[in-house]
Amino acid sequence: MKYWRGLILAPVLLLLCTTACNKSGGGSTAGGDTIKVGEFASLTGSEAAFGQASHKGTQLAIDEINAGGGVLGKKIDLIYDDNQSMQGQSATIVRKLITRDNVIAILGEVASGRSLEAAPVCQQFKIPQISPSSTNPKVTEMGDYIFRVCFIDPFQGTVMAKFAKDTLKAKRVAVLSDAASAYSDGLQKYFKEKFIADGGEIVVDQKYSSGDKDFKAQLTAIKAANPDAIFVPGYYTEAGLIVLQARQLGITNSLFGGDGWEGPPLIQIGGDALQGCYFSTHYSSENKSPEVQEFVKKFQAKYNGETPDAMAALGYDSAMVLADAIKRAGTTDSAKLRDAIAATKDFPGVTGKTTLDEHRNASKAAVIITIKDGHFAYVETINP
Amino acid sequence: MNEFLQQLLNGLSLGAIYALIALGYTMVYGVLRFINFAHSDVFMVGAFAGYYLSRYFPKASLPGGFAVLIGAMLICALLGIVIERLAYRPLRSHSKLNVLITAIGVSLFLENTGQFIFGAAPKPSPVLFPFKLFNFGGLVLSSNQIAVFVVTIVLLISLHFIVMRTKIGTAMRALSFNPVAASLVGINNDIVISFTFGLGSALAGAGGILYSMNYPAIDPLMGILPGLKAFVAAVLGGIGNIPGAALGGVLIGVIESFSNGSHWSTWTDAIAFTLLILILLFRPSGLLGKLEVEKV
Amino acid sequence: MFGRAKTLLLGAIVASFVLQLLSGYINPYYLDVLTGIGINIILAVSLNLINGYTGQFSLGHAGFMAVGAYTSAAVSIFLGPHFLSALGNGNAAISVLFLLALLTGGIVAAIAGIFVGAPSLRLKGDYLAIVTLGFGEIIRVIFRNIPSLGGALGLNGIPDYTNLFWVFSFAALTIYAVTAMVNSTFGRGFLAVHDNEVAAEAMGLNPTKYKMVAFVVGAFFAGIAGGLYGHFKMSIDPKGFGFLKSIEIVVMVILGGMGNTVGVIIAAIVLTLLPEVLRPVEDYRMIIYSLLLIILMLVRPQGLFTPRKRALAERKTT
Repeated sequence: MKYWRGLILAPVLLLLCTTACNKSGGGSTAGGDTIKVGEFASLTGSEAAFGQASHKGTQLAIDEINAGGGVLGKKIDLIYDDNQSMQGQSATIVRKLITRDNVIAILGEVASGRSLEAAPVCQQFKIPQISPSSTNPKVTEMGDYIFRVCFIDPFQGTVMAKFAKDTLKAKRVAVLSDAASAYSDGLQKYFKEKFIADGGEIVVDQKYSSGDKDFKAQLTAIKAANPDAIFVPGYYTEAGLIVLQARQLGITNSLFGGDGWEGPPLIQIGGDALQGCYFSTHYSSENKSPEVQEFVKKFQAKYNGETPDAMAALGYDSAMVLADAIKRAGTTDSAKLRDAIAATKDFPGVTGKTTLDEHRNASKAAVIITIKDGHFAYVETINP
Repeated sequence: MNEFLQQLLNGLSLGAIYALIALGYTMVYGVLRFINFAHSDVFMVGAFAGYYLSRYFPKASLPGGFAVLIGAMLICALLGIVIERLAYRPLRSHSKLNVLITAIGVSLFLENTGQFIFGAAPKPSPVLFPFKLFNFGGLVLSSNQIAVFVVTIVLLISLHFIVMRTKIGTAMRALSFNPVAASLVGINNDIVISFTFGLGSALAGAGGILYSMNYPAIDPLMGILPGLKAFVAAVLGGIGNIPGAALGGVLIGVIESFSNGSHWSTWTDAIAFTLLILILLFRPSGLLGKLEVEKV
Repeated sequence: MFGRAKTLLLGAIVASFVLQLLSGYINPYYLDVLTGIGINIILAVSLNLINGYTGQFSLGHAGFMAVGAYTSAAVSIFLGPHFLSALGNGNAAISVLFLLALLTGGIVAAIAGIFVGAPSLRLKGDYLAIVTLGFGEIIRVIFRNIPSLGGALGLNGIPDYTNLFWVFSFAALTIYAVTAMVNSTFGRGFLAVHDNEVAAEAMGLNPTKYKMVAFVVGAFFAGIAGGLYGHFKMSIDPKGFGFLKSIEIVVMVILGGMGNTVGVIIAAIVLTLLPEVLRPVEDYRMIIYSLLLIILMLVRPQGLFTPRKRALAERKTT
């Protein structure tokens, strides 16, 4: 009587909820004539460049597989959702993909923090998860259903430490890392371990948080310590600003980072300040091998001439490895599929031969990229 | 010593931007007694207005830069007036809480529509004024930072002049004392309020442009944190008090700068609030605010 | 009247138990949403005591939630193994452990409520709002800087003890506690302080005492909600407990009508469902949500469910 408006509104909304729910349209029954694969990615938000690239690569792979008749005689239905680069969404999305959309595997994510959120859910439901490019070691430690097709940060940190010592000839390095990112925090730790073990010195250790725009305070402190080079293991948005502000403060030394730098916004934001800076990543589109060049051509054809970067390549490989494992397993049964994925050996990916070790990580070479005249340029490859 | 001075300089430049935003909060509060949550998003719109406007003017030039600045300020003033007219005016007779929720709604609306239209990925802001680095024996100052100081001081003086020496400024002050009495002496409250919103929003727009010049990555959510800090600055200085807002902004900017450069950088956000709480404990109306006596 | 309320409470707890038994048949996604609803009910009703009934505009409720979440998670993760190995791993032992964790979370949150309340409560209106917001942020930053609780990377690996029984039982308990308090003779004090603090003091009431009690009780239940939340999401992060979360809860209270418990509960349900319902229109989801907020305020400023504007002053006890 008194609350009649509210009492009408609430059940109406509940009714809406139960009917208006399925995002990918029909086909909510398990089995059927398609194989459902779920993907969660940062399609919008601060790491949208990563999510978009990785999603495009994955979609390209799925389309290619379906054009060739699919897997086990069925086409693959890719059901994807956006976590907006925010914490707290990935677990719900993955749970929805597994329990309502009945996917047989999950692809995702680029950012280690968000892969870590989803992993316990995948492990709990025993649905295999393949991350294209999360590099923090903790991701695969979450359980035996969690895999990745890229290298891990202990390796990447070692690579950059060696690079700093041998190529940049730096003995005293400053570190400026993101305290709010699992990726950045892990990478700086491994870099420091190796660099100090090789006789180098970390002169300053400063922190910021993702989303910060002003780094002049930290950079001023770094400048005062006069390092030979500055390691910035963060994501491209902050990295671009950091390099720009470093130059504005009159810091002339090299700044270098990890695969989190790889995104078009890095150059858009950092501009000329980035000249002569370096970062490590998983692949380079300049690689002359036929597989890579063919992949680049296919990607450009599908996406308006856009050249694929490492995230796109890894997104592609993650889907291809999954399809290959389904073929080898001969079934989508989760336990057998998991074993087939774990047995991946010498798979010819566009990011290199992929073999998954007993920790479910891939052992791959790292590529060093520099920024020259406003675009990425290949420098060298460092093997494990 | 050099490092200390450099951090001080960094802090002053950041603080000036906070001051500009804080002025808008404090003006609206002074006249209407309500916290305009959407103010930080007007700041963001200013930055984006600059991004799109700069396409029509020559880059890296003084006249071009000023044109973009004025243009953005006008756009934001208009936006502020429209928001007030549509969302706040109908609720003027209702409890302040309702207007607050509406303000939150407007803020969320601007942020999410911005994400929808501009995309959530950060965009590089264009170079508006010609860029030069000045080096005074180790102390580095960029022309953008100088622009921030100059524009802020000019705007502050203009604001002071408007509020103290013009008819409409007097009307604003009258309104902030007693709205009913003001209308009784013939002031058109609606126009004065619209003007206040427009002025405050224009300042936010200027803040947005200056911010994007110094931190050239703009995104639809960029206003949230600076807006919050500027709001703290306004309260710190005594909400409703114009010089207080400027003082608060500079104070917070400087403290943040020193905190970020030290080992305590991860505590920086907390420091601004702790400062606020401490000051309110001893001066409940803020640093320069007047103690309001409640009459029964 | 009281007898009836207590029976209702018991009935609700039994119903939650039954619901939990049936939960195996409910799709896990819907289970997720239901759990979210329950937690939001606890948050909204507890904030309603502070904001709605006592009229203190607190914008830092998420901070208390954070304290509860981290504390209870710490109990489960650090004390849990010892506890369970002593008492065996059975369901009974886990239930006791979880109850212990939740209560600890609630109590520590209540203590935090004392710390926050003491300096804030002498401030009025907007100043109180900004100070509570400040405290919420300070709490968030503190947790961001504790490495043993995960620091900025968040705390992972919290055992998932939350289920429908716990959530709805505590929701029922919260509703009972707040309603019983407000309807008691002591509770009239809350309303008196809300209506006119000076008059209340003139009548011999101590406004500060009432404000403090409201804060502490509200904080306690927010802490419980935090604990339930942590053991539901299995990982918590300081970023999720910022002022945006506080504002979410404030919106529920205002939408439901300040001081109107039934309204607040319905508002909590509606506002939890709304983002999920709007998932099909993912791109426009938040735009629609914010527009709805604005329109709602313009069209029905007294809240969705309060029949009259001055309903609080004239409302009869239910």
